[in-house]
Amino acid sequence: MSGVEPIPAVAAPVRPGAGPWRQAATRILRNRSALTAGAGLLLIALVCLLAPVYAGSIAHTDPFVSNISGTTVVGGQEVQVLQQSTEGLGLGVTPIGPTGDPGHYLLGADNQGRDVMARLLYGGRNSLLVGVSSALLCCALATVLGVVAGYFGGWIDAVLSRFFDVIWAFPVYLLAICLSVVLLTSGLHLGPVHIDAGSLALPIVIIALIYVPYVARPLRGQVMALRDKEFLHAAVGLGASDLRIMRREVLPNILPTVVVFLPLMTALNMLTESALSFLSVGVQSPDASWGTIINDGLALLYTRPMITIAAGLFVALTAVALNVFGDGVRDALDPNARLRGGA
Amino acid sequence: MIGYILRRFGAAVLVLFAISVLVFLIFFATPGVDPAARIAGKNADPATLEQVRASFGFDQPLPVQYLMMMKHLFVSHDLTSFVNRGTLVIPQIMDAVPVTLSLVVGAAVIWMVLGVAMGTLAGAMRGTLVDPLVMLLGVFGVSLPVYWLGEVVNLVTQKELHDSVFSWVPPLGYVPLSQSPGQWALHLLLPWLTLALLYAGIYARLLRGELIQALNEDYVRTARAKGLSERRILIRHALRCSLIPIVSLFGLDFGALVGGAALLTEVVFGLPGVGKLTYQALQNLDLPVIMGTVLYAAFFVVLANAVVDVLYARLDPRVRRA
Repeated sequence: MSGVEPIPAVAAPVRPGAGPWRQAATRILRNRSALTAGAGLLLIALVCLLAPVYAGSIAHTDPFVSNISGTTVVGGQEVQVLQQSTEGLGLGVTPIGPTGDPGHYLLGADNQGRDVMARLLYGGRNSLLVGVSSALLCCALATVLGVVAGYFGGWIDAVLSRFFDVIWAFPVYLLAICLSVVLLTSGLHLGPVHIDAGSLALPIVIIALIYVPYVARPLRGQVMALRDKEFLHAAVGLGASDLRIMRREVLPNILPTVVVFLPLMTALNMLTESALSFLSVGVQSPDASWGTIINDGLALLYTRPMITIAAGLFVALTAVALNVFGDGVRDALDPNARLRGGA
Repeated sequence: MIGYILRRFGAAVLVLFAISVLVFLIFFATPGVDPAARIAGKNADPATLEQVRASFGFDQPLPVQYLMMMKHLFVSHDLTSFVNRGTLVIPQIMDAVPVTLSLVVGAAVIWMVLGVAMGTLAGAMRGTLVDPLVMLLGVFGVSLPVYWLGEVVNLVTQKELHDSVFSWVPPLGYVPLSQSPGQWALHLLLPWLTLALLYAGIYARLLRGELIQALNEDYVRTARAKGLSERRILIRHALRCSLIPIVSLFGLDFGALVGGAALLTEVVFGLPGVGKLTYQALQNLDLPVIMGTVLYAAFFVVLANAVVDVLYARLDPRVRRA
């Protein structure tokens, strides 16, 4: 067994005496692939945040306005953005392909003459926004439900667990598509919550809801294991209220697992958003996301493949970075956490 | 053991019932949703709306509507589509099942063989090039959008290289096995590989982790002390235990895919399976078809869950008391 790195059952303390969060931070800072992935994520987020700068100062276009009869300059010559098709009967138009010139349609135009690169950056903002906020919402909901179910047990646990079972048994994409199809036409009106159809909040809420059992189930298990620990009995003996015990004793113990889930859920939620948008039940026009751009590019797949390829590469790169970074977070905080597959 | 099985399947039936109610409520009781308005069209006048309501039974109380739908689905088997009136739902699903089964079974064989082979290699050859390669494929498996990979595969095999390397690739679509086994396999080869590639990476990575943990266990040390060969220890001792979580995960994934989780792959490759049927029904808001396909999908997921649990209980008696 020489020359083989042992897999530690519990991550070895890197700095004796330091708190668990600080130790985890130290471990992450020593993990080169996690750091690279984190830097890549920051870069992607930064580039997407700068979308207005790109559209305004470099590309000089508005990526949300059709430009069907517009012209642009390629190699010093003025050409139509939508060119008369030379294939078949020559009836259709083909948008201009990648020019390699950031000022004039770097990655070409889509079938409404809009700059693909600028749309990718704007779309990335929505894809990242949906991914991150639905992961936050999902983890927050799952933490509350998981802690309540695991702490109280009894009929509360029975009801919540059955609820998780039902959502769990529902194929996730089908549930998401069912909810989207209904809510995208009517909007969501539930008590004080009012979300307009077509709002970005709709895919965020739907995606957050469908993945709650994925996070809540393992958390519930952890909380149940904590219930028999001595420090919890001590808190009960001191007369602490249920709310205080959950907040001050239980929550800090499961928080590392929640943090481990966050980047991985962000990747999963972003992929789900792109799939829903690809099926045109996610982000709605005029908003764009990487999924809607892949969908837009489908009609042009064989003539202008760059639209679909570039949008998909953005999704894939971001998801790879999030997953590699998430694995680093897991190794640093909770190496035994079983997050993917089965559990 | 029999008591456990009965309890487990009883719970499964309850979950199925809850799912059917949930789907029904999503489509019929979401505030602001009027199924009659959808069928009648956007600018239908009140009289037409009333007519549609009466003819589809939407004027009945919700529980009655639910029971009617369930009766048509399970008792008289004559549930008909809202959109194409007269088209029966159950035969539509039955026609789509062989397509989905062909896709999923073929892909599952490929990804299990690939995944187990790669995972075992990576676990046994830690420190060599195989190891990081498998890890990378595992990350791709959870990161690449399958529909996008499918589109890129289509682009390469149907357009870019169709005149040279991939001239043998048939156009998108499905040929039944009974009609021509060769064409059946040829049409499904690329969908199989696309679907299998992602799962193979996930499984290989999971197996590698399990195998490395197993190789650190006491029983492996005992086997070494007995003087067994490394190959025998790996295959007969470590791999056998490591495969248990893989097999249970396989049960769940297979159930979900047969149920329609392969929807994106079917849509991209133009395969008329259950996933594509569901997708089309959702686009037209054809509620009876949606109800049928979702219940069919949930049936496979719940069944797979129950079978996996029972198998686990068979292997590990402690579970039965839980």
